[in-house]
Amino acid sequence: MSVLQVEGLGKSFGGLRAVDALGFEVGRGEILGLIGPNGSGKSTTMALVMGVHRPDQGSIRLDGAEIAGLSTHRVARRGVGIVFQHSRPLRRQTVLENIELALMPDRISSLLLRRSVADRARAIAERVGLGSVLGRTPDALTYADLRRLELAKAIALGTHALLLDEPFAGLTASELREFSRLIASLRDEGRAIVLVDHNVKGVRVLVDRMLVMHAGHKIAEGEPDAVIADPQVRAVYLGGALDVHHVPTARPAQHEAEALLEVRAMTVHYGKARALHEVSLKVQPGEFVAVVGLNGAGKTTLFNALSGFVPYAGEVRWRGKPRLHGSEGAPAREGLVHCPESRELFGDMTVAENLQLGGHRLAPPEFEAQLAWLLDLFPILKERRRQTARTLSGGEQQMLAIARALMMRPSLLILDEPTLGLAPVIIEHISAAMETLRKDAGLTVLLGEQNVTFAVRHAERIYLLENGETTWSGGAAAFIEEVGERYL
Amino acid sequence: MTGLLSSSRFRLAAGAALALALLPLWMSGYVLGVLTVAYYFGVFAMSWDLLFGYAGEVNFGPTFLIGLGAYVSGMLNAYTPVPMWLCIFIGAFAAVIGGALLALPALRLRGPYFGLVTLVAVLILQQLIVIFAGVTGGEIGLAVPDVLSVHTDPNYYYALGFMLISAAVLLGFARSPIGLILEATGQDRIAAEALGFNVTKHKLLAFCLSAFFSGLAGALMIFYLGTASVGTVLDIAVAVQIIIAAVLGGRRTIVGGALGAIFLIVAGEYLRPIGELSNFAVAGLALIVLMFVPDGFLGYFMRRRAR
Repeated sequence: MSVLQVEGLGKSFGGLRAVDALGFEVGRGEILGLIGPNGSGKSTTMALVMGVHRPDQGSIRLDGAEIAGLSTHRVARRGVGIVFQHSRPLRRQTVLENIELALMPDRISSLLLRRSVADRARAIAERVGLGSVLGRTPDALTYADLRRLELAKAIALGTHALLLDEPFAGLTASELREFSRLIASLRDEGRAIVLVDHNVKGVRVLVDRMLVMHAGHKIAEGEPDAVIADPQVRAVYLGGALDVHHVPTARPAQHEAEALLEVRAMTVHYGKARALHEVSLKVQPGEFVAVVGLNGAGKTTLFNALSGFVPYAGEVRWRGKPRLHGSEGAPAREGLVHCPESRELFGDMTVAENLQLGGHRLAPPEFEAQLAWLLDLFPILKERRRQTARTLSGGEQQMLAIARALMMRPSLLILDEPTLGLAPVIIEHISAAMETLRKDAGLTVLLGEQNVTFAVRHAERIYLLENGETTWSGGAAAFIEEVGERYL
Repeated sequence: MTGLLSSSRFRLAAGAALALALLPLWMSGYVLGVLTVAYYFGVFAMSWDLLFGYAGEVNFGPTFLIGLGAYVSGMLNAYTPVPMWLCIFIGAFAAVIGGALLALPALRLRGPYFGLVTLVAVLILQQLIVIFAGVTGGEIGLAVPDVLSVHTDPNYYYALGFMLISAAVLLGFARSPIGLILEATGQDRIAAEALGFNVTKHKLLAFCLSAFFSGLAGALMIFYLGTASVGTVLDIAVAVQIIIAAVLGGRRTIVGGALGAIFLIVAGEYLRPIGELSNFAVAGLALIVLMFVPDGFLGYFMRRRAR
């Protein structure tokens, strides 16, 4: 019998359908890989199973008993452990105490620590490879050890089922192999494991079955190799077939002009994890440049560093001058406008108010003209003017995010994953708008995308980012020939 | 346990307690009187730190709990033949019950709403005291017939003993497995729930414990002062002073609250000759500590030693 059985699961956040009619089963001693691009609903699915969010529809059964809608601590007590995407240890306590915490009973009378708890905590620590750092606090741990600690806590509780949300993110190749072995051994003890990852290749040898999600739906399920060969899966990751005839023609005349933006050897660390390593790139005025790469490759980090949201080493030149670390929001005021992956709309404000905030620096006649042009570009926003941003669908939210950024009249628009989690028909709408922006408005754009088809359709030049480093750069047509299908 | 008794921190604490206990040998009655009040404030601040430092909840109305303990025990003493010590404990339990009734719905709220609910609770209690001035004494205050003692030294030892016992109990609780669970719930609610802990239950327990010591301290203090008044046990200004004391002493240290309270009360008294300026000076100093040493006195020294 299945340990975990999910049927007809659905969840909306405002107008955004995060998970829709999802069903899957995981048996004893089985690993199900839950795969999909960012924004496809994987983490929401984990949160629904764990009871962090309450599902709108559907049932979740653990060993045959309904657990949908139960509070998180009840789900955990039934033997479900979760590894969150980000480490969440207690900072003042040692590794051992952090693991002991996971083994403590949920009673308000436990004033003394039982011997058995400490012994089990030690055993688990040995098992995940933390035996030599038991007395350290999390601050003194390496990144991989922090991930081991999360796994140890999940093992302590997850005697029946384990939910692992991106357990491999940020690990080196050898650490990844070690983690894979550990997870396989946990499966072999009879646990049902759901492993979430955005990377198809990374987990194919580890998982027994794979389920691919896109825009909240299941699009494929089965043997890993069959799933990877599935045309719909390839379409989701690549965005459709690559076509040399659809690439934009480069405009070489402009390439001699002074670069609008130049990045030299940019390196970014998040604590102990290296996110970006000596990345260099250039954007000329009027150019449409794309940075492509899988989720986790470092695209968002690069853009966040450019906007001054994260500290970096290296040099950024804006209009030929070194850019200093100015006050908050300074890059945006200087014309470097960022339309982030997470959209960051003001959810409780209406569409009109969001646009108004974007254009707050424009004089009234300019404001009206810009607004009229944008509502013409995205007619749906005109209809939705009085609705709050939260109630918009995913595609509408993306259009609003782009429109709000354009209200700032950018010299350079940074557009991070505009196709994220959107259905193909919506991507077509956005694609058409991009075409107008490039041809008619002559806008300079730096695009970040994992959807390569979308990128090569619009970008004249492409940088390929892999594990925080640029591994290829050149024209769109050359990209198709030289990189093309090996990208997935 | 032997590890605890021989640890340097324990010896330091025992030495400090002994020094405080010997103070009446050479200090004037005036100084001892100031310290007596400071010790009760110390318990207020330590109880508050259990909620803020461990459970991660900002209680803007510690005086709701203190005031309940003070007024229930004071009115019982004034209008019924119930003996004083029983009045004091009934007052403390009234604070627990009142606190639980308030916290039970409030703890389900997310974000800053818990704090706002506690703030409003103080204002309501304060208004009730003023409206029913006939029995509560209103703004003038309620005279309580009994007192702990008419002599300075016994009063001093009551307060000191009470503070030390409170510190030991609260610290023991904070260091126990359940304190660890509490700290986890305060740091990351979802992560704590994912480890199988009923967060609301644990926070409610912390609130009740905090309420018990706050109410007990409030009751003891009015039986020392001889009157219960809005200005000493209920006013928002008192609540603010407790919060500043706890943060000044060091978040998540329990004992830091007592240090901060003693510092604030003694500094305020020491600077009294400069009049209104004294409040200004103490507040300014608190501001500097909050901005430059956000871990507080004790947090700062603990971190220095850890290096």
